[in-house]
Amino acid sequence: MTALPPPGNKRLGLVIDLDTCVGCHACAVACKQWNDAGAYGPLNDQDGYGAEPDGAWLNRVHSYDVVTPEGDATTLHFPRSCLHCENAACVTVCPTGASFKRAEDGIVLVNPDTCIGCKLCAWACPYGAREIDPVEKTMKKCTLCVDRIDNPALPAHDRQPACVQACPTRARHFGDLGDPQSAVSKLVAERGGQALAPELGYKPTNRYLPPRKRRQRAGDTGAPARLDDHGFDAQKASPLLRWADRLLSR
Amino acid sequence: MHPAASVILFTTLSGAGYGLLFWLGLWLLAGRETLPDLALPALAVGFVLVSVGLLASVAHLGRPLRAWRAFSQWRSSWLSREGMIAVISLAILVALAFALVAGAARGRVDVLALALCVAAALTIYCTARIYSSLRPIPAWHNAWVLPGYAVLAAATGAAWLSLLAALVAQAEALRMVALASLALFVLSVVVKVAYWRHVDRHGAGVDAASALALPAGSRVMPFEAPHTEANFLLKEMGFALARKHGRRLRRIVVMLLCLAPLPVLAAAFLQAGGVLAGAIGVLLAMLAVLVERWLFFAQARHVVMTYYDARPS
Ligand code: SF4
Ligand code: SF4
Repeated sequence: MTALPPPGNKRLGLVIDLDTCVGCHACAVACKQWNDAGAYGPLNDQDGYGAEPDGAWLNRVHSYDVVTPEGDATTLHFPRSCLHCENAACVTVCPTGASFKRAEDGIVLVNPDTCIGCKLCAWACPYGAREIDPVEKTMKKCTLCVDRIDNPALPAHDRQPACVQACPTRARHFGDLGDPQSAVSKLVAERGGQALAPELGYKPTNRYLPPRKRRQRAGDTGAPARLDDHGFDAQKASPLLRWADRLLSR
Repeated sequence: MHPAASVILFTTLSGAGYGLLFWLGLWLLAGRETLPDLALPALAVGFVLVSVGLLASVAHLGRPLRAWRAFSQWRSSWLSREGMIAVISLAILVALAFALVAGAARGRVDVLALALCVAAALTIYCTARIYSSLRPIPAWHNAWVLPGYAVLAAATGAAWLSLLAALVAQAEALRMVALASLALFVLSVVVKVAYWRHVDRHGAGVDAASALALPAGSRVMPFEAPHTEANFLLKEMGFALARKHGRRLRRIVVMLLCLAPLPVLAAAFLQAGGVLAGAIGVLLAMLAVLVERWLFFAQARHVVMTYYDARPS
C-alpha cells in the first residue's frame, strides 16, 4: 500500500554532523559495499571499469565552499541520502505499492520484486535520494540497513547502518528521533539539528547538525593577530643580528 | 528534466486521442449523428492514438512486463488512477463501437457516449495531475499545468475530429468542430504564454542555504562533485539544453498553434481540398504539442539540482 501509515512514535533516522564530516566518502563506500550484498541488493554498476561507468549509490557526498552570513569562508562536506520523510511523496506517487513506509519505525523502502521502474518516486523526491539500478532497472534507495538493524544474528553493536559504523570521525549517528530521550534526539536538541528544506513540507526524519562557529582568524586562536614584518627593533637585537641587518639593508 | 521520447510521445498522442474521444462523445450526445459513418472512424483513430500512447508509456518503464502492477494504488497515486481510467475509457470505446455497429437504441448510445466523455476528460485530468502534484519541480507544481494540458488535448482532438469529418464528408460536423478548434487554439496560446510567464517568474523553488540546512544568507558554491561521472540524477533531472534555445522554441510553439486552426477552418468552409487542409491542420497541431511537451520537460528544473549547481542565493 502506498498510502502513508499514520505517524508513529518510533522514527528511525540519521543525524549527520556537518561540523566533523571531513568528506572522506567512507560512508558512501561502506553503503555501496553492504547494500551490494544485502537483502535489497545487488546495487549494480554498469561498465564499472569502462569509458562510461554508471552505477546506483544510496549516499552521495558533496563538498562546498561556504561563506557564512558573517562573511567567514569555510568548506562544508555534505553527505546526502534518504531522509525517511514523514510526508514521503515518493511513497504516495508510487503506482504499484513497491514503495512503502514501515508503520513500525518509519523506514521508507522499495520492494525490488514489484517495482516497475517508472521513476516517478525519484521525481517526487526533492533530495535526490533515489537512483535507478542500471542493470535491474528498479529503484534503489537507502534502507537504513534494515538487514543489519533487524538482524538478531548480529551482536548489538553491529546492528547499525553500515555508514554509521564506517565513519572515521563519528559524524553519523543512528537512532530513534521520535523518542525525545534518545541519544540522537538529545544531540539534535543540544546542537540545534536542522531538517533540510523544511519549506517543501516533506517533514524529513534525518537531521543535520550545523557547523560550529569557526576560529577564522589568527587572533581567534590566541596567536598575535598580525605578524608585523616591520617590527625588527635594532636596539634590542644581539650584535650579530645588528650586523646582519646592516649588511642586508645595504 | 530529461525529455524522454517515450513520455513526450505518450502525452502528445494520448492527449490528442482522449481529446478526440471527448469531442466525439459530445457530438453523439448532441444527437447530431445517428449514423455511425463519422463515429466509427473516429473511435478507431482514437483507439489507435491512445493505444500507441499507452504503449509508449509502458516502454518508458524499466520493467515493462510488470506494468499491470500499476493498476493497484489508485487510492494515492495519480499515475495509478490514470492507468485505470485510461483502460476503462478503452473498454467504453469498444462497447460504444459495438453498440453503433449493432444499431443499438438511442438511449444506450447516449449513455455510452456520456461515459466516454467523462472517462476521456478524467484521463486527461489524471495525466495532468501526475505532473502538477510534484512539488520538487516548480515548473510543474502550479495551477497552469492542468489547463495547459487540457486545452491542448481538446484542441488537438478537435483538429483530428475535423480531419475525419472532412474524410467522410460530414459538412455540418466539420463546421462546428472547426469553429470550436479555432477557439481552443487561441485559448491554448493564451494559457501557454501565461504558463511561461509564471514559470519564468517563479525560480528554483529552494535556495542552497535551505537545502543544506545552513543559516539563511549563506553563500554556497560547489567545491568538489560527489561523483566523477554522470549518475541517474544528472541524466534524469539535469537536462539543460533547453535554456539555450528556449525562447526560440517557445516562439515556434506559439506560431504553430496560431497556424494550426487556419487549414482546419479552410477545410470546413472551402469546397475542395478539405481532407488535405484538415491533414495539414492536424500535422501543425501535433507538431506544436510535441515541441511544447519537449519544452515542458526540458525547461523544468528539479530542486535536487540545487545540490549540484548551488549558486549564491
Ligand atoms: S528523502 Fe526522498 S526518498 Fe527519502 S523519504 Fe524523503 S522523499 Fe522519499
Ligand atoms: S520506480 Fe518503482 S518504486 Fe518508484 S514509483 Fe515507480 S514502481 Fe514505485
